[in-house]
Parts: sequence; C-alpha cells; structure tokens
Amino acid sequence: MSAHITLGEALRRRGVSRRGFLKFCTATASMMALPPTMVGAVAEALESAPRPSVIWLSFQECTGCTESLTRSHAPTVEGLIFDHISLDYHHTLQAASGDAAEEAREEAMHAHWGNYLLVVDGSIPLANPGYSTIAGMSNLDMLKESAEGAAAIIAVGSCAAFGGLPKAKPNPTGAVSVADIIKDKPIINVPGCPPVPSVMTGVLAHYLTFGTIPELDVYGRPKVFFGQNIHDRCYRRTFYDRGLFAKTFDDEGARKGWCLYRLGCKGPTTYNACATMKWNQGASWPIEAGHGCLGCSEPDFWDAGGFYRALSIPINDPAAAIGIGVVAGAAIGIASGAMAHRKKVEATHHREPLKVEQLEGKA
Amino acid sequence: MTPMDFLQLVRGPLFDIALTIFIFGVLLRLFEIIILDRKRDLSEARGGEFIAGSKTIFRRFKPDREKLQHSPVPTILGYIFHLGFFICLLFFIPHIELIHSALGVSWPGLPNFLVDVVALITMGALVGLFLYRLTNPLLRFLSSFQDYFLLVVVFLTLATGYIAFHHIIEPYPLALGLHLLSVELLLVIFPFTKLMHTFTVFLGRYYNGAMAGRRGVQS
Repeated sequence: MSAHITLGEALRRRGVSRRGFLKFCTATASMMALPPTMVGAVAEALESAPRPSVIWLSFQECTGCTESLTRSHAPTVEGLIFDHISLDYHHTLQAASGDAAEEAREEAMHAHWGNYLLVVDGSIPLANPGYSTIAGMSNLDMLKESAEGAAAIIAVGSCAAFGGLPKAKPNPTGAVSVADIIKDKPIINVPGCPPVPSVMTGVLAHYLTFGTIPELDVYGRPKVFFGQNIHDRCYRRTFYDRGLFAKTFDDEGARKGWCLYRLGCKGPTTYNACATMKWNQGASWPIEAGHGCLGCSEPDFWDAGGFYRALSIPINDPAAAIGIGVVAGAAIGIASGAMAHRKKVEATHHREPLKVEQLEGKA
Repeated sequence: MTPMDFLQLVRGPLFDIALTIFIFGVLLRLFEIIILDRKRDLSEARGGEFIAGSKTIFRRFKPDREKLQHSPVPTILGYIFHLGFFICLLFFIPHIELIHSALGVSWPGLPNFLVDVVALITMGALVGLFLYRLTNPLLRFLSSFQDYFLLVVVFLTLATGYIAFHHIIEPYPLALGLHLLSVELLLVIFPFTKLMHTFTVFLGRYYNGAMAGRRGVQS
C-alpha cells in the first residue's frame, strides 16, 4: 500500500461504503464523547488523514494484546484502520526476520523521525537486561532508542501501562512500565489484559482526527474510554442493589445472572469500557459470560487480593493478625491482670484498719 | 501514590496492623478486668448469682422507663444509633463477606437500599447525639474531648461507607480506601477508649445482676 494514499481512499479500495465509514465516524465520535456536530469533522479528518508510521515493540508480554487487536473479529472498519496504518515493525506480524526486521525499524525511525507513533506492549525488565532481548538488544535500550524520535507512545495492555503480570509479586525480573522509564514523551496508557480492540482503534482515531492525544486520567488512560466504572455500568447492578448474589458459579443465583460481587468481581474498583462497548463486536463481555471482572485495566490487579475474594475482604489472610492479637493480648492481659490482682491481695493483707479510738485520739 | 496504591495499602498491611491492635487491646483489657475480679462479698447469699447476672445482661436491652421519661432525646437517639450501626455492620452483604472470610460464619444480608436508609438514619442520630451533647448544659459539663472525638470517628466510618457505596468520591478505590482507613482508625482506638463498652457493658450488667441476685433483689 502506498504511503501517500489517504485513509478514506484506502477504505474505499477495501470496499467500505461511505455509509459504513460515516457509521464508524459516528460511533467513534460518540465513544469520544464528542457532540454529534463533530461527526463531520471526524469523518473529514479521518478521510484525509495521512498514513501514520507505527512501530510496535513487544517486550515481556504474551502476545494477547496483539491477538485481541488483530484477531478479534472479521474485517471491520476498525480492522481496516489497522491495516491502513503503516505498521512498519511488529515482531509477530511482520514477514521480515533477523537483521531485515531490525533494519525495517531503523528505516522507519529515520524516515519518520519525530512523527511516528510508538506502540509498546509488554513490560521492561530492569533486574537483568538479559531477561528479555530482541536481536541482542535489551528491551530497555530498544525502548529508549525508539522513543527518542516518536511523536507519542501508546502503551498497550496492562504490562506496558503498569507492569502487569511480570511485575506481580515478587517481580522476579524487576519489570516496570513504559512510563517508569520514558519521561519526556506523551504516553497514552491503554491498559487491559488485553484491552478492548475498539478502545485501541478509538485512541488511534482520536490521534488521527485531532493530531493530539486525548485527555488522560491519573493513570495516563484516555478518559473517554476509562472514565466509566464497570460497576456503575454493569447490567447486573440492580441485583447488587437488591442484595441478590451468586454465591458459587453453579448455584441458582449464577443461573439467574445475579451480581457476582461475592465471587470476587472487581467491577467497583475498575474503570474500563467493557460494560458499554463489550467484546467480539459487542457480543458479550466477561460479566455477561458469568465471570466476575478481574479489574485487569487497573494497576497491580494481580496483587489485589485474589480474583475470587470479594472486594471487601482484606488482601492478606487475617489468621496471622488474629493469632498474634489473641496470643499477645491474652498473655499480656493475664500477666497484667495477675499483677494487679496480687497487688490487691497484698494491699488487703497489709491493710491497717483505722479504729474509732485512733480517730478520736484515744489510742 | 495513586488511588489504587492507597487502596492496596489500607486493604493490606494497614488492615492487618489495625486488626492485630484491636484484638490485642480488647483481650488485654478483658483479661485485666476479669482477673482483677470483684471484691469478695462476705454476706450470706440470699439468691444465686449466675442466673440473675445472665438475666440482667438481656433485661437491660429494654429501655428504662424512668430514663426514657427523664431524658427522651439521647435515649431514643442512642437506641436508633446502636441498632442502625449494627444493622449496617452486620447485614450489609460486603461486610458479611468479610466476616465470613475471617471467621467462617455467614448469615443472610439485607438488600442494599434498606441498609442505605438505615445508614442515613444512623448518621442522623449521631448528628443529633453530637448536637445534644453540645447544647445540653449538664451533658456538656460532663463531656470530655473523647466523647466528641468518638462520635466523630464513628460518624466517619458510616459517612465514608455511604460515600463509597454511592461513588460520591471518584475514583472508587479512593472512596473505599477512605472507608477502610476510617474503620482502621476505629479499630485501633477501640480498646483504649470508651468504645470498649461494646464488650464491657456485658461484664458490667452481669456484675450488677449477680450482686443484686446474691442479695435477693431484682436489678
């Protein structure tokens, strides 16, 4: 595909009708919480958007994010946008290998210096650079080198955004997120394990439309996609309010689709677009499939106290606290009580009763 | 520190510390009191101690008519607060889950909207008690800093719980974290303040009842 054709042209070549394209623009505009009057602007911007060069780096990851984004469904407008961006380097997807692959990355960097988008999935090990290398280059060096000429960085998936599974206790590789290393570039975190595909394309669409990065929350996530609470948007919320819960995965409550809070659902602490945008072209999403939310778009979700423990249960087993409290409290309490008791007995023993005669001075 | 870091901290190590101090303190004080024992009564017993003492523990749950007539406001508000607080503590389902995980016992909970209403009434009662203490000249004279402080701490646990439940403060991890932190404050100060009456009230009632029983009178 030529680097000079526009997105609109590319979409038409792939057989996307004008109507289909506008539908996508409308959906994108509404996803980004833009007023309907902006749909035209979005369409115009996307229509004439030049093909951005994208370098995709995969570090300590499982390729689940790539799977999610590329294989989620049959070609859609979102899929075509992915086809359309100039994905100049991606380990899993590119045909080239060995030196040719690395050359492609360097070439793209030089040709689009200062303008390319850097997409990163996976965390970066700091404990030992040898834990994860690509063509003999450590992840840390490759990230620093590639970030230098990037216009912006998109950290895809919870590993790149927050450290993810590799960072879970005890973090043997010393894994960190992209934002822990790169401080001088705009970074958009698109966490999730994996992220919702349309969120990814939405972020790209925003960048193509406005040439800027969207408004971000405290975790560097685009507010338009990560501004809503799963629990607030959950279709099972009414059951939570009515006090109707599934207690096991095969009881009456589970069959009737009641709230999964007691089975460890992390919906209340999770901010993501799953409840509204759903997965697999809007077919379903984890809670609809009968499993509680794992909170995968939140930092350190692996260490948040167990996937099947209700949110109100403390992270650690209270047995140690109870044990120490009981033993120490009982021991010191008994000792202190015994001392006070002895003092009382001694005082009674040694007491010198005052006689009336003494008071009257006759003794 | 991000809101999630804060929540992890208060759900993790801080909760463990608070729970340890709470259990340690409560047992420490209970053992001290029980071992110290009462002064030996040398009079001839006219009745049993145990049954009379046990009965008094339960009998005094009933409002005292004289007290009700003499000072109706704090008595009624006090009952509303205590009842409401225990409903929120023991019948809100996330709380039941917590108790179940720690002690292995469970019971049916109440629908959230009921707990919600009860929480509001309970908070209202607490505000009423605070204002009464502040405006009644006699009670004000008798009150120490601790009396006001405890009302505020207990109010905070209810208020932060209410805020977390309704997502009034966003993001939710911050709201839930604040609720847990206020509960941890309550747990830590509990054994060393008048809150200890939660347990000692039963000892006190028993001793009162037992003494009266021994003398053959009703307590």
